[in-house]
Amino acid sequence: MNMNKDLVAASATPLVLAILAEGDSYGYAILRRVSELSRGQLHWTDGMLYPVLHRLERLGHIGARWGTSDSGRRRKYYRITKQGRARLAEQRRQWRAVDATLRGIWPAPSETAR
Amino acid sequence: MGALEFGGAVEQEIAQWRAYLRHRQAIHAVDVEELEDHLRSQIASLVASGLAADEAFLVAVRRMGDLDGLSREFAVEHAERLWKQLVMVPGSAGAPGRAAYKEAVVVLGLACLAALAVKVPELFGRRLLGAGAAFYARNASLFVFPLLTGYFAWKRHLDARSRRWLIAPFLAAAIFANVFPFAPGGATEGLTALHVPIALWLAVGVAYAGGGWRLSARRMDFVRFSGECGIYYVLIALGGGVLTAFTLMMFEAIGLKVEWLAQGWLLPCGAAGAVLVAAWLVEAKQGVIENMAPVLTRVFTPLFTVLLLAFLATMAWTRSGINVARHLLIGFDLLLALVLGLLLYAASARDPEAPPDTFDGLQVLLVVSALIVDVVALAAVVARISEFGFSANKVAALGENVILLVNLGWSAWLYARFLRGDGSFAALERWQTAYLPVHAVWAGLVVVVFPPWFGYV
Repeated sequence: MNMNKDLVAASATPLVLAILAEGDSYGYAILRRVSELSRGQLHWTDGMLYPVLHRLERLGHIGARWGTSDSGRRRKYYRITKQGRARLAEQRRQWRAVDATLRGIWPAPSETAR
Repeated sequence: MGALEFGGAVEQEIAQWRAYLRHRQAIHAVDVEELEDHLRSQIASLVASGLAADEAFLVAVRRMGDLDGLSREFAVEHAERLWKQLVMVPGSAGAPGRAAYKEAVVVLGLACLAALAVKVPELFGRRLLGAGAAFYARNASLFVFPLLTGYFAWKRHLDARSRRWLIAPFLAAAIFANVFPFAPGGATEGLTALHVPIALWLAVGVAYAGGGWRLSARRMDFVRFSGECGIYYVLIALGGGVLTAFTLMMFEAIGLKVEWLAQGWLLPCGAAGAVLVAAWLVEAKQGVIENMAPVLTRVFTPLFTVLLLAFLATMAWTRSGINVARHLLIGFDLLLALVLGLLLYAASARDPEAPPDTFDGLQVLLVVSALIVDVVALAAVVARISEFGFSANKVAALGENVILLVNLGWSAWLYARFLRGDGSFAALERWQTAYLPVHAVWAGLVVVVFPPWFGYV
């Protein structure tokens, strides 16, 4: 499915924060988790994840440290901060509201199945 | 990093991809590392699912996305990176970082040494603010330039023979600046103070070129260095002025007069140390930040051309001759030196292969109008020189004027040939760089010959 770009961009923050709330992770693993969660429906261009991560880091929602991967390469790991968790909770409220609103007006999924 | 995970061919492609990414200004080395980790993880995962390594590389690069778009996203997130930053000591460890750190320590050490050297003669009763003022004026460059030369000799790994040769000019300068029985306040003493630095700057240049002084390109590098160093020095001096003003103001607020500190220590020591710091900054910023001197040249060449043309037109219109005042010759020397500087820095930033453009025409117009103005002034001076008689100042100014006139005259000729398509720009550049030592040799002559010739007055 070709998802609207704005929608992808808007969902990036809560997704990344939610994945990091599960535990510390790094760029590639985060992307794997996204495609796993969306069953391949939500597709990001790989590189674009990193400016998002750096923005969240600058805003203080996530922190970063350099560690070592299993294969011995230097790898940048991210973890969610307290402020990031608060931001995630807020985002969750907002997305629930949007979701509930849309559910109220849209017919059940079975009727629109292509 | 650098572990050969995927075999030579793919590793080579990854290296190429990395190099390509490194050229993006908005993407820093650590980001490249992070992205490469991603790329490698992706390749490994694709290989694990059955793809050949080279195919996996192609897929992984494709998934990474269009690099222009990526670089734009990085630029949006890190807007500050589009402003080139001069990082003196890189944060990340590694060999280049250690070398930069070592250089910083060496330069700051030399700067402190220069600052202290300024105070040494005071131990022997030569007061900077008193009887020793003339001594300091004659020897000013000797406190700093030997250390600057030493810095370049160290940095360029100059061989022992060149190092020994470079001591000679400084020794000679120290002798000729101090053995002559100058009459107090005489003209020859002032000439010595003015010309010692000009002559010694050549020695700095030889050290700067690091054994390549015979090459025109290295000399041009030294010209670029001189311009940038001057600009940085002025900037540092402005900062120093602010620091001094605050020092005076704040201590006065608690009822202390610290003029002695400002005049006896801050200014002279700061002025000496700042030369080394400025030189170091220019060395460090080379290739990181745009050169400033050519930019200023672009701004001021048209303005000075307009000034000279307006001056010539007014003179022709009103038929007024040049009033031969006392400082006239020196003024016109400065004018020619300035025009030469504009020419030199425009040339230093120009691509020698490029065809002539409008700016080149403007340069020729500037040089020719400066030559006409100077010739008119010289004619006025020479016509009345019998009335003045020869003094040390006049001969020095006249000599320098002739040297500049020859330089600019031949430059104008070469430039005109280049504009007509008969010659190359490289010829003009070669002429300029070949002529550089003439100024130093003349300055040396003034220092060595003039005082005895004019009886030390």
